[in-house]
Amino acid sequence: MKDRLYIGEIDWIAVILYLTLVIFGWLNIFAVSYNNQFRSIFDLSTNYGDQLIWILTSFVLIILLFAVDHRSYYYFAYPVYGIAVILLLAVLLFGTEVNNARSWFRIFGVNFQPSEFAKLATALALARFLSGWDVKIWTWKSMLTVSLMIGLPAMLIAVQPDWGTALVFSGFVLLFYREGMPGWVMAMMTFFVGIFLITLLLVPADLVIMLVSIAFIVLALLSRKTKHVMVSAAICIVFYFTTMLLTDVLPIEVTQYEVILIALALSTIVYLILIYKYKLKRLLLVLALLSGSIAFSYTVDYMFHNFLKPHQQMRVNILLGKETDVQNVGYNLNQSKIAIGSGGFIGKGFLKGTQTKLSFVPEQSTDFIFCTIGEEWGFVGTTLVIVVFVALLIRLLFLCERQKSKFARIYGYGLLSVIFFHFSVNIAMTIGLFPVIGIPLPFFSYGGSSFLAFTLLLFIFIRLDSVRKVYVI
Amino acid sequence: MDRFANRKNIVLLMILAVSAGLVMRLFYLQVIDTSYKLSAENNSKRIEIVYPARGLIYDRNHELLVYNQPVYDLMIAPFELQEFDSTELCEILKIDMMRLRSGIRRVKNPQYRREPFLKQISAETYAVLQEKMHKFPGFYVRSRTLRKYSREIAAHLMGYVGEVDEKMIESDGYYVMGDYIGVSGIEGYYEELLRGEKGQEVLLVDVHGRVQGPFQGGRFDRNAVVGRDLVCTIDAELQEYGEKLMKTYKGSIVAIEPSTGEILSLISTPTYEPSLLVGRPRTENYIRLEKDTLEPLFNRALMANYPPGSTFKPVHALIGLQEGVISRNSSFSCVQGFYARGVSVGCHFHESPLNLVEGIQNSCNAYFCNVFRNIIDNPDYSNPAEAYNIWRDYVMSFGFGSTLKSDFINELTGFIAPSTYYDHYYGENRWNALTVISLAIGQGEILTTPLQMANLAATIANKGYYYIPHTIKSIAGLDTIENRFTERITVPVDTANFSIVTEGMDLAVNGGAGSTARIAQIPDVIVCGKTGTAQNPHGKDHSVFIAFAPKNEPDIAIAVYVEHGEWGASYAAPIASLMIEKYLNGSIDPGRKWLEATMLSRNLLSEQ
Repeated sequence: MKDRLYIGEIDWIAVILYLTLVIFGWLNIFAVSYNNQFRSIFDLSTNYGDQLIWILTSFVLIILLFAVDHRSYYYFAYPVYGIAVILLLAVLLFGTEVNNARSWFRIFGVNFQPSEFAKLATALALARFLSGWDVKIWTWKSMLTVSLMIGLPAMLIAVQPDWGTALVFSGFVLLFYREGMPGWVMAMMTFFVGIFLITLLLVPADLVIMLVSIAFIVLALLSRKTKHVMVSAAICIVFYFTTMLLTDVLPIEVTQYEVILIALALSTIVYLILIYKYKLKRLLLVLALLSGSIAFSYTVDYMFHNFLKPHQQMRVNILLGKETDVQNVGYNLNQSKIAIGSGGFIGKGFLKGTQTKLSFVPEQSTDFIFCTIGEEWGFVGTTLVIVVFVALLIRLLFLCERQKSKFARIYGYGLLSVIFFHFSVNIAMTIGLFPVIGIPLPFFSYGGSSFLAFTLLLFIFIRLDSVRKVYVI
Repeated sequence: MDRFANRKNIVLLMILAVSAGLVMRLFYLQVIDTSYKLSAENNSKRIEIVYPARGLIYDRNHELLVYNQPVYDLMIAPFELQEFDSTELCEILKIDMMRLRSGIRRVKNPQYRREPFLKQISAETYAVLQEKMHKFPGFYVRSRTLRKYSREIAAHLMGYVGEVDEKMIESDGYYVMGDYIGVSGIEGYYEELLRGEKGQEVLLVDVHGRVQGPFQGGRFDRNAVVGRDLVCTIDAELQEYGEKLMKTYKGSIVAIEPSTGEILSLISTPTYEPSLLVGRPRTENYIRLEKDTLEPLFNRALMANYPPGSTFKPVHALIGLQEGVISRNSSFSCVQGFYARGVSVGCHFHESPLNLVEGIQNSCNAYFCNVFRNIIDNPDYSNPAEAYNIWRDYVMSFGFGSTLKSDFINELTGFIAPSTYYDHYYGENRWNALTVISLAIGQGEILTTPLQMANLAATIANKGYYYIPHTIKSIAGLDTIENRFTERITVPVDTANFSIVTEGMDLAVNGGAGSTARIAQIPDVIVCGKTGTAQNPHGKDHSVFIAFAPKNEPDIAIAVYVEHGEWGASYAAPIASLMIEKYLNGSIDPGRKWLEATMLSRNLLSEQ
């Protein structure tokens, strides 16, 4: 089979969406760094000049990518992965320490971040492994292998320490799901991650009230005997309120948390009788899930308060954007929200932003670039960016599904997973929906390594897609 | 097609759901919620830490000893800096241009952004600066308080306030760079009570640094909580008098009220003026004091380990009586010393033989060698080591050999050798009373602090119990001080035995010929005391005296150490008696003015 470049087969829709994001991204980096001393857009001492060089470099790389035989991505998947792991090890030993993390090499004045390329390498390796003809994902052996494939680079990145980038690797769950991981595993994972975050972000007692309410609704739906549920809920509510009222009068010390749990235990007895009487096995599952998640939430809360020292707790809280401390650190998220919020519906206009110019928002051209979009382009701008991202993601989904080659499809899903994770988590963290874990917005954020890595990640797939009609590995 | 192909729809749904969630949140943030839409174009905010006033410290008679004075830190808001007349600013602040430039360069680094540009500007400079503040946009002033002392006394007892270091910030989340913290003494031990709770104000400021009002309606503001005032146990008059008496001596005085354990005065000399360790000159003064060969920063009252010398004899008497190895009437002869099996301990000339009371009165070395020998070589116990351990348990019950757990950070333990110490040195079962006979006269492997000796005096005054010596009488807003200071600690020796020892200590001061401390007599008050000489291998011996008075219902117990003062009666006893007289009578009897004058005129600081 001959390897030929089918220019006509390149998916120009994806390319145009990519270019749209890149151009808009660069304009925003320009806006952040812009001030009265504007000299030239190629001024290397500025972020925008630097970024422009990276953009042009990546265009050259795209051409090189297309020149390489498309089969080499399959054959060299493992070597590339190996090199990535070696680089991650090397950066721990020889890397330059910036902000207490060893994530960077500094070569000839250029900063290079191996962890950005590790995502690409892992996507290739996963695709290579899972595209094997007799590989079924939901077996112990396969799950162990892919867990190791993901776990090794993620762990090496986590010890740098760069928890944000390490967490990105959990995004590959989406790929696994598409390739046959049972749906309930996906659902459980989402559920417990949700509980974990809510426990740290909310008061545990509130979470328990939430869980109990949800369980009641589910129970009502399942048993279809609202009477039983009503009786049990009534016991719960009456007990809860009497105890809360009595705590003011009684000499005993009871926390809200304990009261809820006792109330729940009392009503559970009613349920157990119902379950026994009517043989409703599904009710048992709901109850087990409820008590399981409460226990999990309690464990998280207990570990947080008893195993972490006060200053570590504060750091976690700051990381979660929860704590507002006196030293400005906890205000990052708040500043970010102010910047985005102050943009209003149509924004303050290009180069007219103020919040994102005075260093009030940290990392404003990298992880918090979305603030500038929010401030200068308003709700219209932010929605537009989200729409373009969604368009790109849907286009990629469509491209994935039209691949005949399993390798190309799985790689495509890997790409989709990474971009989806970065896109949703980055925006969510700037608007207070997710802990501030410091990962960039693809194609937008300032930073050569991440920009280059995302571009390569995308264009390897576009390259694979361009030969889909002849490519059968 | 594979059987999971339909899952692409679920993936699509997830992408759409998450994105819809983001858009909805953005719609809320940017369109609905108006709290982020700030009226002025260039609004920003500034966090002001509100420092509470540190608690005040009063003496036991409610005289104000430690209070606060305002000082001003000049701060820079780096983004609000504009062109200004730097020469004029330098003139007002009396700094050079280099200092100004480096200060401004420094705040450009976010790490130092919250640090003051110039600390502790005096009130006078501030008055001039305040009128011209509008000329220096980007500069603003934060007010702080520093300690001020109404009397330059009790430096060691009060301790000082310093700036937190990085270690402290790391281990205690409360502190941030530039905060003050009590380092030693009362300031250190009661830091959490005195400091109060910092507050913060989050202010909205415009681009010119003008405050526009509270940020988000003061949602992030916290009120500061003022520190708690303390009433300490010291008597300022007595403390000042004691420091005056000790000015020309190295040593220490600790006076305790026996009925409560309250420390009436705690003196360690040479001392320093507490105001030296306040404000901008603190570091410089601290280094100077640290280098001083007379060690003014060393708190001898808590940290100096001296052998107690003869002042320890009452303890032997109490243990001997309790163990039944001697009685009030046991008499031993003294031939100007104690001689047994090649061991000899010399003694001065006095009548012989003596009974117990006379033994204490005359401070007879031979008598107490015999007492100690009876205790250690007691046939009731299988070997001397066992008897020694019994003896040691008694001694430790008086608070020796460990800290008293008072409210000082830097209290030391002294040293009472465990029997294994001698086993190691001489071999097991190869030592007896004669081997360690120097303990009988308070020498050898025995070290005590002045605080422990004062506590001994208080225990004898109480005839068998003590309260842990402490420095705080009451805390504003709290009902009690720490429990352990109000719990009576009983020593396992009967009250009757204490009465016998008290007789001896009475006669030591008020007896006839042979009494060792007649110089400590005070008109109309019965002082009970015991002199001592602590052997010092590095020079002249130390003069030691412990005492309490009046004999019945004592109000004060005291221990005095004067380094290189040789005999207890030559310096320590007169100084102790003057302290007691001052405290009980309020003034010195005209007949004893000569003694006061003598003590004030002598000087042992130059001797070594």
